[in-house]
Amino acid sequence: MNFELSDEQRMLQETLSRLLREQYPFETRQKLLQSPQGFSRELWHRYAELGILGVPFSDEVGGFGGGGIELMLVAKALGRALTLEPYLATVVLGGTVLATVDSQRARSLLEEVIAGQTLLAFAHWEPGERYNGAILSTHAQARDGGHVLSGHKAVVLHGQDADRLIVSAMTREGVATEGIALFLVDPRSPGVTVRGYTTIDGLRAAEIQLESAPAELLAAPEQAAQAIDRAIGYGLVALCAEAVGAMEVICELTLEYLKTRQQFGVPIGKFQALQHRMVDMVIRLEQSRSITLLAAAHVDDTGIDRDRALSAAKALIGKSGRFVAESAIQLHGGIGMTWEYSMPHYAKRVVMIDHVLGDVDFHLDRFSSLMEVSAA
Amino acid sequence: MDIHYDEKELAFREEVRQFIREKLPPELAAKVKSGKRLTKEDFLCWQNILSERGWLAQHWPKEYGGPGWGPVQRHIYEEEAAAAGAPWIIPFGVGMVGPVIIKFGTKAQKEKYLPRILRNEDWWCQGYSEPGAGSDLASLKTRAERHGDHYIVNGQKTWTTYAHYADMMFCLVRTDPKAKPQEGISFLLIDMKSPGVTVRPLLLLDGEHEVNEVFLENVKVPFENLVGEENKGWTCAKYLLGFERTGIAGVGQAKEWLRQLKAIAAREKNNGKPLIEDPSFRARVAAVEVELMALEMTNLRVVADAEKGGAPGPESSMLKILGSELRQEITDLMRRAVGPYALPFFPEYFDTDQPIDVGPEYAPPLAAQYFNHRKVSIYGGSNEIQRNIIAKMILGL
Repeated sequence: MNFELSDEQRMLQETLSRLLREQYPFETRQKLLQSPQGFSRELWHRYAELGILGVPFSDEVGGFGGGGIELMLVAKALGRALTLEPYLATVVLGGTVLATVDSQRARSLLEEVIAGQTLLAFAHWEPGERYNGAILSTHAQARDGGHVLSGHKAVVLHGQDADRLIVSAMTREGVATEGIALFLVDPRSPGVTVRGYTTIDGLRAAEIQLESAPAELLAAPEQAAQAIDRAIGYGLVALCAEAVGAMEVICELTLEYLKTRQQFGVPIGKFQALQHRMVDMVIRLEQSRSITLLAAAHVDDTGIDRDRALSAAKALIGKSGRFVAESAIQLHGGIGMTWEYSMPHYAKRVVMIDHVLGDVDFHLDRFSSLMEVSAA
Repeated sequence: MDIHYDEKELAFREEVRQFIREKLPPELAAKVKSGKRLTKEDFLCWQNILSERGWLAQHWPKEYGGPGWGPVQRHIYEEEAAAAGAPWIIPFGVGMVGPVIIKFGTKAQKEKYLPRILRNEDWWCQGYSEPGAGSDLASLKTRAERHGDHYIVNGQKTWTTYAHYADMMFCLVRTDPKAKPQEGISFLLIDMKSPGVTVRPLLLLDGEHEVNEVFLENVKVPFENLVGEENKGWTCAKYLLGFERTGIAGVGQAKEWLRQLKAIAAREKNNGKPLIEDPSFRARVAAVEVELMALEMTNLRVVADAEKGGAPGPESSMLKILGSELRQEITDLMRRAVGPYALPFFPEYFDTDQPIDVGPEYAPPLAAQYFNHRKVSIYGGSNEIQRNIIAKMILGL
């Protein structure tokens, strides 16, 4: 057991952190947020040059050869800068699906992703089923030697930016084996309607309607299940780490505020009620770091311990993130409610992370169903 | 970075497991697991076994008789010991005064006391709190005045754990009443057999005799029993507090209790089904387990970090808060798991083998344990004091 980062890991973390410190001050972020695109293409290419877009993928496909820990380091740095780029959608979710699917098509598309040439979105969840991706209405039919898909995909992260959509759909015997398969869909195809919008935390998402939209089979059910599972696993690690990065900044800003804001003739950090709440925020952050590390260390394993670690992490992050975000706003008072100040934007992101890939209740429930109960 | 145990660590775990399996008397393990109260002999029995193996002084440097373990090994020991039902190591000698003597003691003090601690020849107690000095420890009033070649000590200590077993007490006394509160305190070693020392039991709310009042009336203490410099006792006290808090996360014990909680909830019924299958109860257990998984990592990270900087710092306050609140939560769930059978109270259960003919056999100690463990967020510096320490020392508020 060893908690030290390797030189390579430290370098990865430092390179990305330096880039973001220099290129991603809060003011820049806010301008990007208001821009039509909503994020920086230019920075996306810088990520590609630095190899950040290939971090969780093996050397053979042109990746960095990293695993969960490396992904954690990247996502934490992105969280600290409150970045807007579609890293989760394109690299973590879409890219991991491609990396898991063993085909020439998937490999060449993944190379484009790593090079920063192609953006992806993972269109999996549907209205009315919340975080449960096991029940789908979207279905695939064979047509003209290919497939067409029909259905509605809900809150698809960066759905309007994607060059390719990875869409899950039910197949029947004759199309593939029965079950959930994965398809590639060109969003410009006839039969695809993309209704894009912004999310409250400053990102972009879309509702995607498919009406007999042409689709290319990417993975038949058995392999698709594995790819979805891996992608969600990596997605959970990335979200937890992003939340940790954002919580770090929230704690730093709040502590700074407690030391500078004067009321009753003293810095408000002299008041014990506020001190103790701040301490509890820092304790929650420490627990969040720990559980994220646990999830990152287990995400490349298989079996129940991996699933337990992932759900434990997302549940703890959801609960702790809410506490940290709410406390920070409360300790700041009015300024914590304003658009112009950075902290509230971090707070929004941390709270909304609970709404992606399953919230506290969803993951506590899943953890609970996986809980070991030894005989008395 | 790799949080999995490496081969050496796995081999060490096997060694510890096998050692405990061979050496821990089954009747002692049964007492621990069924929540019975341990006698002085019970504690000493296990500590002598550890002493013989060289595993008693787990925090001490090797040259003083420590086993040379790092934080991971200590964590593995703690977990294996708790899972097997080994008694906890009474910390006052080996965990508290030992490190202080190693750090601040004279050659003579080291030669005299350290081997006796290693062989369990002295049972130590901690003379810190007083009726008027709890969280505000520096306001303590017990006086030590120079008189020839010794001090004369007068005052009263309280909440003194196992003073009724103790041969020696390490004690904070005021040697300069004119100095600022923290600057006039000295660290003295007092022989409990000295004339003028009186120990009076203080029963806790669960009826247990664990803590005492200690009255000191004109107690003669030779100068050679002063550790560190006169009026510099607060430095020793602070150093010790760091050590007091290291094992305090109690991860091994929490894991064992969580297993017991699940076992109990699997046998209890609710609406005709095992209680553990009741969604709301199960969710509470799950939430505790999630928190414990995180705490285990936090503990290892903080302790591994502290290891590099020597003595554990204020970060251990965080472990104290998390570990105490978590164990309290588990004792709360255990009490609730048995429903109405948390109510019957049989004092004889704790000290005898007498079977209890009321309720499930695992129920008798649960409510008492719950009440007893309210102490863990109070002792060793209350959790509120720990939050003050973090606010000041880590956050700079």
